[in-house]
Amino acid sequence: MNNKLNVKRKSAEKKFILLGRVSILLAFVFLAVFLFTIFKTGISGFYKSYIKLNIFFDSEYLELPKDYSDSNLRHADFQGIANKAIYKLFPNVKESSDKKELRKIISSYSNLTIKNALRNDKALLNKEVSLEIPLNSVFNLLNKGLLDENLPQEKRNFTDLQLSFFNQLKNKGLISKKFNWDFFKTGDSRAPEKAGIGGALLGSLFSMIICFLFSFPIGVATAIYLEEYAPKNLFTEFIEVNINNLAAIPSIIFGILGLSILIDFFELPRGTTLVGGLVLSLMTLPVIIVSCRAAIKAVPPSLKHAALGLGASKTQVVFHHVLPLALPGTLTGTIIGLARAVGETAPLLMIGMVAFVVNLPKTPLEQSTSLPVQIYLWAESAEQGFVEKTSAAIIVILLFLFAMNFAAVLFRNKFEKRW
Amino acid sequence: MVETKKEIIIECKNLDVYYGNKQAIKNVSLNVYDNQVTALIGASGCGKSTFLRCFNRMNDVIDICKVTGEIHINGEDIYSKEQDVEKLREKVGMVFQKPNPFPKSIYDNVAYGPRIHNLTNSKKELDELVEKSLIKASLFDEVKDRLKESGTALSGGQQQRLCIARAIAVDPKVILMDEPCSALDPIATAKIEELIIELSNAYCILVVTHSMQQAARISKRTAFFHLGELIEVGNTEELFQKPKNKMTHDYITGRFG
Repeated sequence: MNNKLNVKRKSAEKKFILLGRVSILLAFVFLAVFLFTIFKTGISGFYKSYIKLNIFFDSEYLELPKDYSDSNLRHADFQGIANKAIYKLFPNVKESSDKKELRKIISSYSNLTIKNALRNDKALLNKEVSLEIPLNSVFNLLNKGLLDENLPQEKRNFTDLQLSFFNQLKNKGLISKKFNWDFFKTGDSRAPEKAGIGGALLGSLFSMIICFLFSFPIGVATAIYLEEYAPKNLFTEFIEVNINNLAAIPSIIFGILGLSILIDFFELPRGTTLVGGLVLSLMTLPVIIVSCRAAIKAVPPSLKHAALGLGASKTQVVFHHVLPLALPGTLTGTIIGLARAVGETAPLLMIGMVAFVVNLPKTPLEQSTSLPVQIYLWAESAEQGFVEKTSAAIIVILLFLFAMNFAAVLFRNKFEKRW
Repeated sequence: MVETKKEIIIECKNLDVYYGNKQAIKNVSLNVYDNQVTALIGASGCGKSTFLRCFNRMNDVIDICKVTGEIHINGEDIYSKEQDVEKLREKVGMVFQKPNPFPKSIYDNVAYGPRIHNLTNSKKELDELVEKSLIKASLFDEVKDRLKESGTALSGGQQQRLCIARAIAVDPKVILMDEPCSALDPIATAKIEELIIELSNAYCILVVTHSMQQAARISKRTAFFHLGELIEVGNTEELFQKPKNKMTHDYITGRFG
């Protein structure tokens, strides 16, 4: 009888353990598939294809005087000399329609590269230099093997003629692929080969700093007050319940709040990281308050009594003993809250941080996007080149979040004191 | 043994303590003499700890706790409106049941009280005070080479002595001890008891204890509590040998408790 019961108990335990293992395995499989697909499409987004062209800085064609200034450069036709350079490689191409197809191989933003080269070295005028010019997005993808050249011509973005040009260039060893540092330094662009997440990164950084600066002190102060000073009555209980509820409110509602109060009422500039950071800090506040209160609660009362027994005032007890012990837990909660805020899109859409922004924001008062919004914008783009950009941006945000969570774990392990 | 006449330092008159509706201490009046150990004994829940915590107003921490009656320490009414609780606790130190050193260095543990009360003028003075307190708590020799190490790394008995050093660093008049040895082994207990007897030359010490042997060993006077009432108080030897009250007799002979 007893034995039978025991066998049943043991087998139930085994089943439960098996179930747990299966679910963990499933979770890992999903995670692996997710990471694999993201990285597979995304890694190539960090690379950019270039063509080596001999650029002749023809002062006549560029209409540049000998002692030209930067303002002269603005109107010079650098794209034209890039086109000339590529025509030179194919002397047999004479038809203007063929030439048009040929010059489409290089990026229509090649002029920037060439202009910068001349700006950095003024002596280049009337000289020929070999420069690496970015390829157009389509040929960038083709170079990375992301486009199928065996499809019939109508189904691809490049013509047979362009393909033969491209293959000839490739055979000459003029096409190369390099890690694209500019991806992290430039803002958005209509051309995928030029678009970068620099602006979005800065936007995310600014809004995170603002979010931290507002939510951390207010959150910690609120938690200390509620936990240590506030009288326990219906009103404080009501506040407590509402703080907990606040953590569960859909984020877009915070966006509406930010729109109606920060932008309409306080007339803060629309679509800026200042407003974004403030809205995100509203979202992060309850997380910080809840985690800070939990950390304060975990401080053993015996320590508080010890300090009180020595004649410390309540405030001294809080700042000398409770807060230092509660800080690691609070910081962990804060980092996790901030990580959530970094990945937030919906409220930022509401306050207009969703514009096409080419320039990098220099202050929190400038229009900007943020990482997740940038991903959202690129994912919407029709151009094929943005697919890898989207995935690359996702990788960046994933690494960002991973780093933050790692920091949270480190904090906890390093500063957590035992008593 | 003839009791040497000592000065009364604590006068407690008609003290009642309520936790909400429940009365924990019922009309207790007790005088405590300076420079000796007074033990408070009684069964669990008899209110002896509650009574002890009235003397440094630690019961203020509990919201529902209400104290009526009078306690005068050195003639000062400690429950008057003008009484500064922090100043009172500087005068009336406390050692708790479980050793509770701060998770800071041994030095900082002892220096905490003098720091918050601004008792020293220089680093040197503070160093001396810390050393003096540790010597008084007979801990100095064991920790003198590692004052910067964490107080929580010490053994249980050492931790409790550190707590005693911490309490005497602010130079209190009275030290309250709430079952200071209940978490310690017999050897550590013996050391603490020795220390308590030694300290009683300079301080008024009130000890709550579960162990009647301990009360007999360390105290000059003993007060027996039962269900919130003070049943009997007297010379420790007399109380243990010839208790006047039957309940006291039953308790110390182990019939209940």
